Amino acid sequence: MKIAILSGKGGTGKTFASVNLACVAQKAVYLDCDVEEPNGHLFFNPQNITKQKTTVLLPEINNDKCDGCRKCVDFCKFNALAFVSGKVKVFDEICHSCSGCFLICPQKAIEEKPKQIGMVQTGYFNNVKVVTGIMNAGEASGVPIIKDVLKMSDDDALTVIDCPPGSACTVMESIESADFCVIVAEPTVFGVHNFLMVYELVTLLKKPFGVIVNKVESFENQMKELCDKNQINIIEQIPYSYELAKLTSMGKIAVEESEEIKKKFVNILEKIKSEVKG
Amino acid sequence: MKIAIPVDEKRMDSPVCISFGRTPFFMFYDTQTKEATYFDNSAFNTQGGAGIKASQMIVDEKADVLITMRCGENAAQVLKDSVKIYKSIEGNAKENIDAFENGKLNLLTEIHPGFHNHG
Repeated sequence: MKIAILSGKGGTGKTFASVNLACVAQKAVYLDCDVEEPNGHLFFNPQNITKQKTTVLLPEINNDKCDGCRKCVDFCKFNALAFVSGKVKVFDEICHSCSGCFLICPQKAIEEKPKQIGMVQTGYFNNVKVVTGIMNAGEASGVPIIKDVLKMSDDDALTVIDCPPGSACTVMESIESADFCVIVAEPTVFGVHNFLMVYELVTLLKKPFGVIVNKVESFENQMKELCDKNQINIIEQIPYSYELAKLTSMGKIAVEESEEIKKKFVNILEKIKSEVKG
Repeated sequence: MKIAIPVDEKRMDSPVCISFGRTPFFMFYDTQTKEATYFDNSAFNTQGGAGIKASQMIVDEKADVLITMRCGENAAQVLKDSVKIYKSIEGNAKENIDAFENGKLNLLTEIHPGFHNHG
């Protein structure tokens, strides 16, 4: 079973939820797809690390063979190519590595050269295989790294996908294979606003989902109001707590430290399992 | 000499468009014939690389000069071999052309890193 954990903004508790959920499973794979700022590994401190490069293919023009027909420039929907001063110019950071120019060139004047844009790091913590996607600083898109991270899932283990924040392509890629989505949201006005963006995405992609309302305080819970009104399934509410914040800031895994929190996450996992089984 | 200007509307007294790559139209003004022609900017709606595509049009139309409020670095890369970029001043397209012809425009020196919003 694959569970994707996502949220409309950063800092709501995606990694908190993902790490703890993975830890209460018998056997789990934790996939950190937040490749711009992966931080699950800070909690797991995984051992026996192996690394694998993620590369993309970029076109390289052989100017001896190019006859300037411009078919590649016209074809490129991303506008990554320009024809200037009799030569094709490639804008690497605009290129989406679709290989279209390479395929369309009548002169076979385009070669594809690999370029490393990041890596996938795999290690272990107790029952959890910890997989971390890491994008090189300055790269434009993390999607190819996310694809590599997702390949590391395990059919006979619970796979927890820690998504990037927001609702962009990287998130769509991350949740595509998920059996269930968990949206983590804060109980505030801001929380509701950001929740709605992701809510639209999971609804559009027809993903079964539930909500964890995190950092709940007694005086205000607009997320609960919204969910009640729209019959959205709240899986769990986690109170705002000094203790939890402290554990998190120390890089500790809450379910390993607190029986109460452990019970909550065991319960969350059971609820999700029964939702998926339907 | 041919001058290109991103414009909001297809007329000589149109405001200069605040965006180069995503302007709806380009005006090409011929300083010899004093005639202006207008082109739809095919990069107007494009997802990414608008500056590159718009610049390709400027280069293909053989403009010598571009007058614009701002220009990104990818666009500047395409333009640099054949087009001189001048910074527009307050006023409409016609006033900018007059200012250019009277030597009152400065070369655009601030090339911004782009407003790319990759998903």
